Amino acid sequence: MSGTNTSHSPQHHTSTIGAIGAPSRRNTELALLAFAVVIPVFAYANVGLALNDSVPPGLLSYGLGLGLLAGIGHLVVRKFAPYADPLMLPLATLLNGLGLVVIWRLDQSKRLSNYAEAAPRQLLYSAMGVALLAVVVIFLKDHRVLQRYTYISMAGALFLLILPLVPGLGANIYGAKIWIKIPGLGTLQPGEFAKIALAVFFAGYLMVKRDALALASRRFMGLYLPRGRDLGPILVVWVISILILVFETDLGTSLLFFGMFVIMLYVATERTSWIVFGLLMSAVGAVGVASFEPHIQTRVQAWLDPMREFELSRAGVQDGVVHSEQAMQALWAFGSGGTLGTGLGQGNSDLIGFAANSDFILATFGEELGLAGVMAILLLYGLIIERGVRTALAARDPFGKLLAIGLSGAFGLQVFVVAGGVMGLIPLTGMTLPFVAYGGSSVIANWALIGILLRISDTARRPAPAPAANPDAEMTQVVRPS
Amino acid sequence: MNKPLRRIAIFCGLLVLALLIRDNWIQYVQADELRTDKNNRRVIIERYASPRGDIIVDGQPITGSTETSGSDFKFKRTYKDGPMWAPVTGYASQAFGATQLESIEDGILTGNDDRLFFRNTLDMLTGKKQEGGNVVTTLNGAAQKAAYNGLKKQGGKGAVVALEPSTGRILALASYPSYDPSSFAGNSTTTDTEAWQKLQKKNNPDDPMLNRALRETYPPGSTFKVLTAAAALEDGLYTDPNQKTNTPLPWIMPGTTTPLKNEGNIPCKNATLRVALQYSCNTVFGKIGADLGNDKMLDMAKKFGFTEEQFTPVRANASVFSDDMNDSQTALSSIGQFNTAATPLQMAMVASAVANDGKLMKPYMVDELQARSVDTLERTEPEELSQPLSSENAQKLQSMMETVVDKGTGSNAKIPGVTVGGKTGTAQHGVDNSENPYAWFISYAKGDDGSSPVAVAVVIEDDNAVRDDISGGGLAAPIARNVMEAVIDSKK
Repeated sequence: MSGTNTSHSPQHHTSTIGAIGAPSRRNTELALLAFAVVIPVFAYANVGLALNDSVPPGLLSYGLGLGLLAGIGHLVVRKFAPYADPLMLPLATLLNGLGLVVIWRLDQSKRLSNYAEAAPRQLLYSAMGVALLAVVVIFLKDHRVLQRYTYISMAGALFLLILPLVPGLGANIYGAKIWIKIPGLGTLQPGEFAKIALAVFFAGYLMVKRDALALASRRFMGLYLPRGRDLGPILVVWVISILILVFETDLGTSLLFFGMFVIMLYVATERTSWIVFGLLMSAVGAVGVASFEPHIQTRVQAWLDPMREFELSRAGVQDGVVHSEQAMQALWAFGSGGTLGTGLGQGNSDLIGFAANSDFILATFGEELGLAGVMAILLLYGLIIERGVRTALAARDPFGKLLAIGLSGAFGLQVFVVAGGVMGLIPLTGMTLPFVAYGGSSVIANWALIGILLRISDTARRPAPAPAANPDAEMTQVVRPS
Repeated sequence: MNKPLRRIAIFCGLLVLALLIRDNWIQYVQADELRTDKNNRRVIIERYASPRGDIIVDGQPITGSTETSGSDFKFKRTYKDGPMWAPVTGYASQAFGATQLESIEDGILTGNDDRLFFRNTLDMLTGKKQEGGNVVTTLNGAAQKAAYNGLKKQGGKGAVVALEPSTGRILALASYPSYDPSSFAGNSTTTDTEAWQKLQKKNNPDDPMLNRALRETYPPGSTFKVLTAAAALEDGLYTDPNQKTNTPLPWIMPGTTTPLKNEGNIPCKNATLRVALQYSCNTVFGKIGADLGNDKMLDMAKKFGFTEEQFTPVRANASVFSDDMNDSQTALSSIGQFNTAATPLQMAMVASAVANDGKLMKPYMVDELQARSVDTLERTEPEELSQPLSSENAQKLQSMMETVVDKGTGSNAKIPGVTVGGKTGTAQHGVDNSENPYAWFISYAKGDDGSSPVAVAVVIEDDNAVRDDISGGGLAAPIARNVMEAVIDSKK
């Protein structure tokens, strides 16, 4: 099906801003999707050959499954959001497909045989994620509708964030309390969904308040200081982030939400002072909480000296906090991979043990695909973020701009926090690498996030309606033979 | 709103850039360091990924490799006569790491050594599996067996070192009690860990994993008098073994009112060096030490290898001779007491230098490193360490040591038809000498052409023996004789 010529017409490709007359680029998307399916299929065969000297028996069904997901996504977009950005869907599909391969590869590990098989579940989650994307694209005709639900989103986000703290529902997994248990179904990370709800709330709220926040300010030492009462919202969000940090002991989620808010506040008001305030407040908050929260302290220590943490863990030191050798194991995995990696299926990244296929999955990429592979993965994420920012630039309404930058900014921060944590750039936090890591909440929520971005970009790039509501004129514009 | 959007775009770009830089840092700059970190399990996974090369004695491997299952290690180390060879091989355990030859020559044995790079690359191209190389030792199987069985029969703690004086090749290196490195070569948390725990000093007061031949220093007692005699001859204090020495009896140690005692009623007054060595006169050699002084004695001790660690290539502890003693302390040190302490290897070096006409050769146990295809990668050449005494003086000393065996305390070491020189020693230790003394014997055998095929040092500490029964001549000399005989027989 990929055989159809994509026929890049030699027009300017800066299609996002000059929206009028932009080509739909759906065929480009289709061709890229073909790659996004074929590459993981080859990777899957590669793992099987490396581990068992044979092509894995599930190759065909896996290929068909991934192809089906990509195909459904593509058809839905083609039908309901024809002018949407052509890169996001293939990029997400490729990452999801590679993630599935690596999760399956870790399923085969003898060292991890105590853990349940994850790949089939992840495939199911991916299907649910693509379904949610389809629902978003089909039923959300216009993203501005979300504006109506500004405060409902806020309530929803708070509700989701509080869920893990409800006794009997929340689950404390290795120190972080960001999961809830659903009997019979497993665990859920409500924070992943709260991310989207919060972005909607911030976008709606800031769109209304941005003038007040931006203009009513005094100039002081080159900075525009906001009025005291305008500080209210940022203080509230700050307090909520701190509360997340204290009660759920999750630095990553806290950083993510606060960072997203500061980005959106800055974009809405164009006031650099907000960035300064934001950085100051997050520094104060993080240091303040770290001064009394042992879990956070351990994370920071493990970051500063992972070898010591490894030795404490090996020595079985019992001092009230969980000492984990994972950080050091991840670094060894990266280092042992070197420039080109050991090849899929041939590394020992499963030494990381628990969470090797979720929080630490990047280490497996590091060991088996090497520096080259990880850089490629990081660039894929970079491209998704770039497409998101481009969507924000192209969006014609402030709500769309804010929502798009909020979602892509949060996505970028999440990638940074997770990948930086696993690579030892910053302290480790319990978050998952979007699309790649094992975890239903993450995959489903991020597909929904892509769905919303696709919707905004479709609106942004859709040719402006002809001045006169002349159906014939519109016909001639849409059906442009390539 | 587009200006801040562009800035946010740059910010996100910087985040990704930071990740890329960090990735290059850990996967390129630090990659080798992380890859070869000793705690990185991949290092030992690789160590046991292919059959390990062997350690070879007399052309026969004393180690092996066996395929295992149930863990991430493919192969496991095995040992033949493990307890006998443990002081030579050390151990290579999946769970507890590697020591001694197994650790020092790990690169050759696993096949990862740079010298095997070309061969490995060829193997990779031809699809052959990487194989480890062999370590060929200088040891003599018969001598080792005589040494180990001798110690075992004796039952007490002890060690034996035998050297080839003309080259420094180590022929025997035994320590007792010993351990079987096979017993914990795997990584089973039950059997291997249990065996390992049982061998630890805290659970086993006999400390079987201590390599007494190289890593334990004992007061050498009267065997040190050989070194003192060498110092007297080299200094010119006395030039003839049969010349009367200037030794009153009783002799009061300088600066004290304490007379230095001899063991029993022996003819030590103004005794010649020969007689003094024959009867092991404390007064004669104590006075020589005091007459020469700390500096000259230390100088001679250093020439024989004292105060320095020896690398055979397995490390041997440094033997001790202090540098800040007054004359009476020097006198005591010169008869192998006070602070003086020596490894069995050190005392074998003393005997070896005398037997080799004064030349001390560097002791070594690795003859050759081989690739699997029996190509020599590296061969150890004998190396002269020092010449503590002239060949003339060495021969004088030889004649004295031969008298000791012929008609003195060392008669148990006699071998029919072979010239043997030796010296017994009985060193006291513990507070007020309350503990059982160590029995020492150092000796060499000499062929008809005057060259010596073997020099030996034996030390035995026996908690069970009656104190009076212990003397170098009684316990240690027979073992030394058996070892020397084994070497001579194997040359026939």
